[in-house]
Amino acid sequence: MPAPTNAQLVEFYKDMLLARRFEERCGQLYVQQKFSGFCHLYIGQEAVSTGSLNAIRKGQDYVISGYRDHVQPITLGMTPREVMAEMLGKATGCASGRGGSMHMFSSKLRYLGGHGIVGGQVPLAAGVGWKIKSMKEDLVILCFMGDAAINQGQFHEALNMAAIWDLPCIFIIENNLYGMGTAISRTCSLNVLADRAKGYNMRQAVVDGRNVLNTYAQMYEIVEETRKTSKPILVEMQTYRFRGHSMSDPQTYRLKEEVERERQQDCLQTLRDHMVAQKVATDDDFDKWEEEISEIVEDSVTFAEESPEPELHTIFDHVLAP
Amino acid sequence: MAIISLREALRQAMTEEMERDPTVFLMGEEVGEYNGAYKVSKGMLQQFGPMRVVDSPISEAGFCGLGVGAAMVGMRPIIEMMTWNFAIQAFDQIINHAAKMLYMSGGQFPIPMVIRGPHGAAHMLSAQHSQCVDHMLVNVPGMIVISTVIPADAKGLMKSAIRNNNPVCFLESEMVYGKEGEVPEGEYLIPIGVGDIKRKGEHVTLVAWNKMVYVALEVAEELAQEGIEVEILDPRTLQPLDENMIFESVRKTHRLVVLEEGWGISTIGNYIVDRTVTECFDDLDAPPVRVHNHFVPMPYNETLEHEVLPNKERTIEAIKKVLYR
Repeated sequence: MPAPTNAQLVEFYKDMLLARRFEERCGQLYVQQKFSGFCHLYIGQEAVSTGSLNAIRKGQDYVISGYRDHVQPITLGMTPREVMAEMLGKATGCASGRGGSMHMFSSKLRYLGGHGIVGGQVPLAAGVGWKIKSMKEDLVILCFMGDAAINQGQFHEALNMAAIWDLPCIFIIENNLYGMGTAISRTCSLNVLADRAKGYNMRQAVVDGRNVLNTYAQMYEIVEETRKTSKPILVEMQTYRFRGHSMSDPQTYRLKEEVERERQQDCLQTLRDHMVAQKVATDDDFDKWEEEISEIVEDSVTFAEESPEPELHTIFDHVLAP
Repeated sequence: MAIISLREALRQAMTEEMERDPTVFLMGEEVGEYNGAYKVSKGMLQQFGPMRVVDSPISEAGFCGLGVGAAMVGMRPIIEMMTWNFAIQAFDQIINHAAKMLYMSGGQFPIPMVIRGPHGAAHMLSAQHSQCVDHMLVNVPGMIVISTVIPADAKGLMKSAIRNNNPVCFLESEMVYGKEGEVPEGEYLIPIGVGDIKRKGEHVTLVAWNKMVYVALEVAEELAQEGIEVEILDPRTLQPLDENMIFESVRKTHRLVVLEEGWGISTIGNYIVDRTVTECFDDLDAPPVRVHNHFVPMPYNETLEHEVLPNKERTIEAIKKVLYR
């Protein structure tokens, strides 16, 4: 694997910073009641999105995920405008205001959604793997899920099928330690979640999802290996969410000290320290990027707020395809 | 025209469509090496190979979801459920994923997929293997529901279903896979959403589908001896429903009986009666009557099972009731 270039480091940093500021702004808008419904923020997990999705061929390889899905499409290349407009349910959103926070989609970017039923997207990924194999394509699918998804029956069924048929699926558990408010240690008998792979005679990996350089390096190897062998793999991505499960989470299930400890390993700060040490960037650069990102985020909010509501007469569009 | 069985008609439809479109594949339990639990896919593995006729693990939710994912990226899966009773395991994939994908993606991801298998009671299989889910499926927007067992209809509609760009639930019946009928050879397509008049009659409209059509035909034959002419309507597609065919018939006969398998609470029959009363209120000479299962889990015992199912005797009784005989 080629080491990331300085330009890539800058790109990674800016992608994670955009993710962080975008999500913070989403949280504010939610509190201001600019939109409603559910809102699951990605804050703390940015290295997973940036590290994994920069390791694939964007726009060719497929990606699917659960409902913590605002950030991954942006890393893939969707404009923050389209995501923010979808958050606000506008006609200009990436799902025309039909999906909302949990259902971002882009056929162009091969981002197959944002899915709201825990674990329900995992068999879908096996289906995409089936297509890649059937059509003899040189591609892979990345399937993201939360840690709690591994307790669903559909997870088991999908991994078994991917294993028996050698499907090029990379199943990624974003292990942030909690399924909503329940610690994964209380609901799964394994200490290492990736060990579930043993039951399917499947490859497995544990990836440091708190440090984007590690994430990128490990995922790059995994992606290319999967592309070459067409053998599935179960990846446990160790990460942590700094905010609640959703916006209505009082977080009584974990100690403030734990969150503080985790914040010491903030992926943004870790990369910044690395870039400063390597003399890739100066404090001035970081200030400049902060400003740039702030403008992009504000532009997305303005765009979303000024965008039209979907027209009522379109309510029956897309129930059935022509 | 060739006379072939329902299972052959379905096989012909799938085979022809797989020959013309390389993205179509058949997946399900026992569809390959075993030649199909009910022999619908007999010989297809030999013709198409294991990447297109695929023996799945017993994981209904899993392989149905695999179908949804494959359909999102351009394949046209045919997912065989050994029976629709087992498809209940996959209802999350059918209802939450297949049916919703196009809408919640703002029109970006159509799901061209057929989910097919036998539906309703067979014979003495007891409670878990003898139920109907058609009324649940039709109440979900984003899907097409076809229920037909007449060989020619099954062929023409299966071909249309495979070519359709939406999830299509296709309900068959293991009781009549061997029943034969004339089936046109080669290209034969029946449009989705168009019903068929199975027998013309003046006195009463009898709506029935799937294997209840055969019960209806027996009933009509018997009542003809008494001078009662029954018009039998087979909607063939349940979602969308050919309502106009029903309204036109009722405007002629002024009487409606719906014969449907399954429990009688919130059913397709309810919907048909509701729509007919709304649209044809002044045309009706009697309150419509529905014939359906008794509201019990299916008993194993043969005599009890016959009593629970909507049989010929109860249908004749219902028809006489709307005729005030």
